[in-house]
Amino acid sequence: MNAAKRRNTRPDKTAKSALRHRFERWLLQHAQAFIFSLGQYIKHPVSNILTTAVIGISLALPASFYLLLDNVRHVSSGWDGSSQITLFLQTEIDDTQALAFANTLANNDNVRETILIKRAEALAEYRQLSGFADALEILDENPLPNVVLVKPHFDNANEDQIKTLIKALETMPAVDSAQYDSRWLQRLLSLLDIVNRLIVILSTLLGVAVLLVVGNTIRLAIHNHRAEIEISKLFGGTDSFIQRPFLYSGLWYGMFGGIIAWLLIVISTHILRQPVRQLANLYASDFQLIGLGFGHSLVLLGVGIALGLVGSWIAVKRHLRAIEPV
Amino acid sequence: MIQFTHVHMNYPGGNEALRNINLHIEQGAMVYIAGRSGAGKSTLLRLVALIDRHSRGQIIVNGQNLARVRNARIPIFRRHIGFMFQDHRLLNDRTVFDNVALPLVIAGSRHREIRKRVQAALDKVSLLAKVNSYPMALSGGEQQRVGVARAVVHRPAILLADEPTGNLDPTLSWDTMKLFEQFNQVGVTVLIASHDIDMVRRMSKRIITLKKGRILTHDGTPTTQ
Repeated sequence: MNAAKRRNTRPDKTAKSALRHRFERWLLQHAQAFIFSLGQYIKHPVSNILTTAVIGISLALPASFYLLLDNVRHVSSGWDGSSQITLFLQTEIDDTQALAFANTLANNDNVRETILIKRAEALAEYRQLSGFADALEILDENPLPNVVLVKPHFDNANEDQIKTLIKALETMPAVDSAQYDSRWLQRLLSLLDIVNRLIVILSTLLGVAVLLVVGNTIRLAIHNHRAEIEISKLFGGTDSFIQRPFLYSGLWYGMFGGIIAWLLIVISTHILRQPVRQLANLYASDFQLIGLGFGHSLVLLGVGIALGLVGSWIAVKRHLRAIEPV
Repeated sequence: MIQFTHVHMNYPGGNEALRNINLHIEQGAMVYIAGRSGAGKSTLLRLVALIDRHSRGQIIVNGQNLARVRNARIPIFRRHIGFMFQDHRLLNDRTVFDNVALPLVIAGSRHREIRKRVQAALDKVSLLAKVNSYPMALSGGEQQRVGVARAVVHRPAILLADEPTGNLDPTLSWDTMKLFEQFNQVGVTVLIASHDIDMVRRMSKRIITLKKGRILTHDGTPTTQ
């Protein structure tokens, strides 16, 4: 009974330990290829850094364009929800009259919200931001009218309704003129759409460039290691054993390229941050340049590694098979 | 261990390298393949190692019919074979240790095992002191001995040597042959292709002489064909 039991369990155990042994060997060989390829990378620093820099710049360009687009979208996101009509009131309308006018207007069915900018506030703001403070001192009185910002109920799409509303507003006695600033916004948005597509095209091209750079570098590496590949095949190296260090080299190129791209972008955003803040201040905005977040950094690194791996994989498939021992 | 039955080998382009070869080499034998260059010595070794596939006939090595070994299994098949070359083919950017360790690394041996076996193999060829040198820093004879160590470090069942003494002076050649004899004495089947007929005769082992792709003599006696 006992013997039978033992006989039953033993094959299972040996199968398990054989599997474990194979897994350990697989892990060991990966670790060897991992370290060996890193060693190869460090052994030839100049050429490898040059290659990596090319990859880094090729990755940094599309990434920074995306970042730029992201920033522009962020700036314009406050505007594109619903458009806004700016009403310049007649100069003889004083603050109380203006407030009453804004409140009655807010009750209009077509109007969602009104905001009154009093002439004194407007002047103070203008004085602060325009740099014409001294010139304004000369003036006896405030040349600016009261302004009412009207947010209609309809969005940009209902241009006809907005036009009727504007006409109605313009005929009101208190109103001097009405300005509707949606058209340029629409133009901006469609421009952004074009830019977006351009960036997609550019990213694709630069991605292909990274593939070619990695592929060519690995092709040369395979060529330079021809003797080693032949000897490895003679002593029973499988294809996966022989291609492993080259694939890891591709991984290193992609990863270090990604890190260089990340550094380039971080440095660039750091350099730009201060002037952008100044410019935003001039527009009375608290906008801040959006840098690469953690998630985006990971994506950048991931894209670099993926391109490196794919590039080396293509080269390995094309060139490694051709080498047979002679 | 190695059996050829009516084996023909035609290279692409019609070059008939081997014609109707019949031979049997027992396990643990030490056999010389003699003949002029172009006689088919290298081709014979290449067929045993599945570097080339024969055109007709049957080859059985280590119990395996070579026609049935699929391409994907060739690496595993070759792990039972050790190789030696005339141009020793060491990797110049790796130390002696790394060169000798290569067959073990390929087989996925553990580090401690690799260290132990490489040291044993280098000790055998009296090069333990050069373990961290690079091949370029060694003499021709030393390089050849590193090649021997690499060929036997993974304890192959068969050792194939293609003109292993081609670039060596007679004394070094003789030493190398004696080294092969030592491995043979511990059970390795050794197959050596050489055109140095004087030395081959002095070793007084079995000799297969090839001429224009045919077996001319077998153990000194002409074969009937």
